[in-house]
Amino acid sequence: MQEFQYTIQDENGIHARPAGLLVRKAQSYQSSATMIHEGKSADMKRLFALLGLNIKQGNTVTVQLSGEDEEAAAQGLKEFFGENL
Amino acid sequence: MTTTKGIGVSRGVAVGELWFRAAKITAIDPRAVADPEAEVKRFQDAKAKAIAQLAILYTQTEEKLGKENSILFQIHQMMLEDLDYNDSIVGIIREDRVCAEYAVQETAKKFADLFETMDDEYMRGRAADVKDVSERVVGILTGNGSGFNTGEKPCVLASDDLTPSETAQIDPKTVLAIVTSGGSPTSHTAIFARTMGIPAVVAVDGVSLQEYVGKTVAVDGSTGEIFIEPDAAVTKELARKEREQRELAERLERFRGKKTVTADGRAVDLYANIGGPQDMEAVLKSDAEGIGLFRSEFLFLKRSTLPTEEEQFQAYSSVVSKMNGKRVVIRTLDIGADKQAESFNLPKEENPAMGMRAIRICLTRPEIFKTQLRALYRASSFGNVAILLPMITSAEEIVQVKKICAEVKEELKRQEISFHPDVEIGIMIETPAAAVISDDLAPLVDFFSVGTNDLTQYTLAVDRQNKTIARFNNTHHKAVLRLLQTAADNAHRAGIWIGICGELAADESLTETFVKMGIDELSVAPSSVLSLRAKISEVCSV
Repeated sequence: MQEFQYTIQDENGIHARPAGLLVRKAQSYQSSATMIHEGKSADMKRLFALLGLNIKQGNTVTVQLSGEDEEAAAQGLKEFFGENL
Repeated sequence: MTTTKGIGVSRGVAVGELWFRAAKITAIDPRAVADPEAEVKRFQDAKAKAIAQLAILYTQTEEKLGKENSILFQIHQMMLEDLDYNDSIVGIIREDRVCAEYAVQETAKKFADLFETMDDEYMRGRAADVKDVSERVVGILTGNGSGFNTGEKPCVLASDDLTPSETAQIDPKTVLAIVTSGGSPTSHTAIFARTMGIPAVVAVDGVSLQEYVGKTVAVDGSTGEIFIEPDAAVTKELARKEREQRELAERLERFRGKKTVTADGRAVDLYANIGGPQDMEAVLKSDAEGIGLFRSEFLFLKRSTLPTEEEQFQAYSSVVSKMNGKRVVIRTLDIGADKQAESFNLPKEENPAMGMRAIRICLTRPEIFKTQLRALYRASSFGNVAILLPMITSAEEIVQVKKICAEVKEELKRQEISFHPDVEIGIMIETPAAAVISDDLAPLVDFFSVGTNDLTQYTLAVDRQNKTIARFNNTHHKAVLRLLQTAADNAHRAGIWIGICGELAADESLTETFVKMGIDELSVAPSSVLSLRAKISEVCSV
């Protein structure tokens, strides 16, 4: 399993647009992708679940990836966070 | 005349006949079905059709409102494809053996609730998206297509609320203004209206708009005022205001995408000041040619712990990449004086403006400074970073900082972390000392940036926080302007550039003076960029 943490910089938090893009990105990997924040977790391939976490600017989230392409997924998602969130 | 008020969300003034769009959604009853699987299939077909419609709407909106706004309809497509949403609809059809439209309606309620109970306004606004996509599917299932037609005659469109897809389909030629009793400043109705340049007022209460169908209304999108059957004086005043706003905006728009040059052809770099990544949208809209001051303090204030290198790197690199190779001047930590940060545990000082602040903290606690420099150098590989040092008073301070920079670069090289080898290093000219010895300082750095607020405060010995002496705080004081001229001359003698990033940079009564002094760069709030570019085009540099 791969895991990393990220602190959201975007003033709107994980809002609809980046969430949509993030779901697409997560879906492009075979690995399962889970986001965890304050004890709640969501499947990053599911838009409503992800938005339901209500992640705001300054929140630090943990991302866990598990599967054959987990390393590529961790790398790709890290870059995505840096560029979009 | 009846007057009412809402929240003005899109500027401009319009007068026209009111047209009301009544909400068309009526509650659907759970009609029993004999064959749930056939009903699931009905839902799947309607969903596929809705997704196809959204794809068309996406393309149309992209042409009309740009990519930023059209993405919403991709999100709508994704909402329809969401596994939880689909599981819920199919589950209701199969378990309750009811019609698809009822299952969609109930699922929409459930998911809209998820957003409506959240504690922030933006997320609550997303409930509208869930309802919008769901209504689209229900419309297909029941044969009531979405969309509406206001008719040929231009009108003021009033409604309880508009869905994003309705707003995106509005034709600016036939809709003069939008007025809704629901909605919020962050709703898509507001965003789309701004993009289309249609005046809009949301959250109007006090009157029932529906009662005024066919009446003449005047809408002021900046104040949020609505005048029903306005009298002649109001109409005239609004028309004047509208003309003024339009003329100013049109005049400034002509400077968008243009270079900043004086009347006699000298180029000036016109940059924007920002407080963090959250200001980037405004910067990109402002047409600034770079960032002249990125205050890094925001990362350190309002928190009890110091930001990590990673956190800082993410903030810096996101801004740097968005600027796409344009220069981004990032000022290192300027804590102290009027900006106190609890994570530093600084002792209380008698005279904080002259106390432990900015570069003095950095040189006293180099470990904090090093973390910031590492983040800055790492971000430099994403574009054009320039480092700006605040509160410099001597050449020794610059030498010390450069030594730390060299150590940081050496460390990064050892760890095989990429950075740009020639990051510009500049200093703030904000103490009289720095201005007076600017001939000694210029050869040590790549640029100067004048902080006029502090330079004025220190030169005139006027505390700018002290309101009782505000009248002595003469920002146009000859002493300050002479120090500026000295710094500019010494910068140019050493072959480096000089900019102004303080509030004075936007003071258009001094633009000509600055240009004549030979100032190479002015950095102002994003909202002042176009206006200052217009001003610069009118002045001569000699």
